[in-house]
Amino acid sequence: MLLNASGCLDASTAPDVARSLDAFVTKTVTPLPREGNPPVRIAETEVGMVNSIGLANPGLEAFLADHVPRLAELGVPLWVSVGGFSADEYAASCAALDARAAVTTLELNLSCPNVDEAPESAAQIVAACRAATTKPLYAKLAATGDLAELARAVADAGADGLSLVNTLRGLTLDERSLRPPLARGVGGLSGPALKPVSLAAVWVCRRATALPIVGMGGVASGRDALELLAVGAHAVALGTVLFADPHAPARVRAELAAELSAHGFAAPADAVGAAHDRVLAASV
Amino acid sequence: MPELRRERLRVLAVEQVGPYSLLRVSRGMLTPGRPGQFFMLSPPGRLLPRPMSLCLAPPGELAFLIDAVGPGTRALCALAPGNTLDVLGPLGNGFRVDVRRPLLVGGGIGVAPLPYLAEALGRPPALLGFRSEHHAQAAALVPNAEVVLEPTYVTEPLAPVARRHDVLACGPEPMLAAVRELAPGAQLAWEAPMACGYGACYGCAVELDGSWKRLCVEGPVLVAA
Repeated sequence: MLLNASGCLDASTAPDVARSLDAFVTKTVTPLPREGNPPVRIAETEVGMVNSIGLANPGLEAFLADHVPRLAELGVPLWVSVGGFSADEYAASCAALDARAAVTTLELNLSCPNVDEAPESAAQIVAACRAATTKPLYAKLAATGDLAELARAVADAGADGLSLVNTLRGLTLDERSLRPPLARGVGGLSGPALKPVSLAAVWVCRRATALPIVGMGGVASGRDALELLAVGAHAVALGTVLFADPHAPARVRAELAAELSAHGFAAPADAVGAAHDRVLAASV
Repeated sequence: MPELRRERLRVLAVEQVGPYSLLRVSRGMLTPGRPGQFFMLSPPGRLLPRPMSLCLAPPGELAFLIDAVGPGTRALCALAPGNTLDVLGPLGNGFRVDVRRPLLVGGGIGVAPLPYLAEALGRPPALLGFRSEHHAQAAALVPNAEVVLEPTYVTEPLAPVARRHDVLACGPEPMLAAVRELAPGAQLAWEAPMACGYGACYGCAVELDGSWKRLCVEGPVLVAA
């Protein structure tokens, strides 16, 4: 299953790209509209890119009124990324989205590096949202801290799945001015630099919980997708690669099919967790 | 929304125009679009493509005028005939060409979209400003151009005639801001760092007249309020 990473695709400007995925994940929606951070907001580095968009979005009310009806017409399952600045805010958004049949899954953005975070713990936010909706809840986590413990905590709080990983804080300097090009200095690092990070995060969480995992971070090829499946992801999301190539989903899909076949897997599901099995087999 | 077309194109030539490079590629199945629209060019060895407005559209070709200011533009200028690169476009909103008394205004590498625009408008008069004689060699690409060099700015010859014309301008932000003062209603082509060019990344959002716009979707050409 192939998705986009939240914030890496707008289905209204690129509906065909959204339809080339197995599910479309929205940019994070917060209760109130947000203009986002001042420019400059993005910069390339030698190993990825840094962004400081700052959760620019129309706010929940406009999203429900204007965006959900249009997104429902896409014809692909709709995942809504939910953000907030307190557990109550997250829960209120989940309750409002719970009534929308077009919304299939809620992904809680618990790890945006470009805004101040809610004071409550990830598990407290998940628990509040769990009480507000019966829709599947995915907790999107960053690869920081004790991820195994965090994964177990959000699983115990009622999460149905994990999205791993969000960006990591990063900074780059302009080659001439030696100043950070981003107006806020620090941003979120994405792209190829994240691949070993996302592999490690999925590896750890696969061992810590039984929750299904959407793996993302540095996926640019079918080989990258195969590796995420092998460490335990059940689905894979494309992020930064979509910026460079809106046709990446079709290419990654074709490459993954070839990789699966080359490694003797009949279906993607057969590859899920294969790396763990092989480590076990080798140690027997 | 128009279909996003991306294709691997072959480099035909890279010509020096003063300090700039005119990158000429085979057109493939891509269309040149309207003047002021842009393409995302993927430099070899870089993660992200770079937005470039179309400079010229000779039959079967697309040509881009590029200033090598960083690693991406340097890699584009270092391409050689026979090399290939991925190109996505045309993208964004270009200039409206249904104007009665056009006057083109350009500053520095902002002349890039003007040659193609001049063709579409029947070679109207143009005012171009450059940092030096060397940079001003790019003026040869624009017909009927009057050139000023720093410390003179294009706003000086523009001021007395601005309100008698439909101004279409591209250049650095301070120039566009000054043109906007002299010529309310001018069509201005803005620039911002851009990761995707098709509305996905929100990197190119700029605040104009109190609201935020993604330049790649709502621009890059915007009408001054």
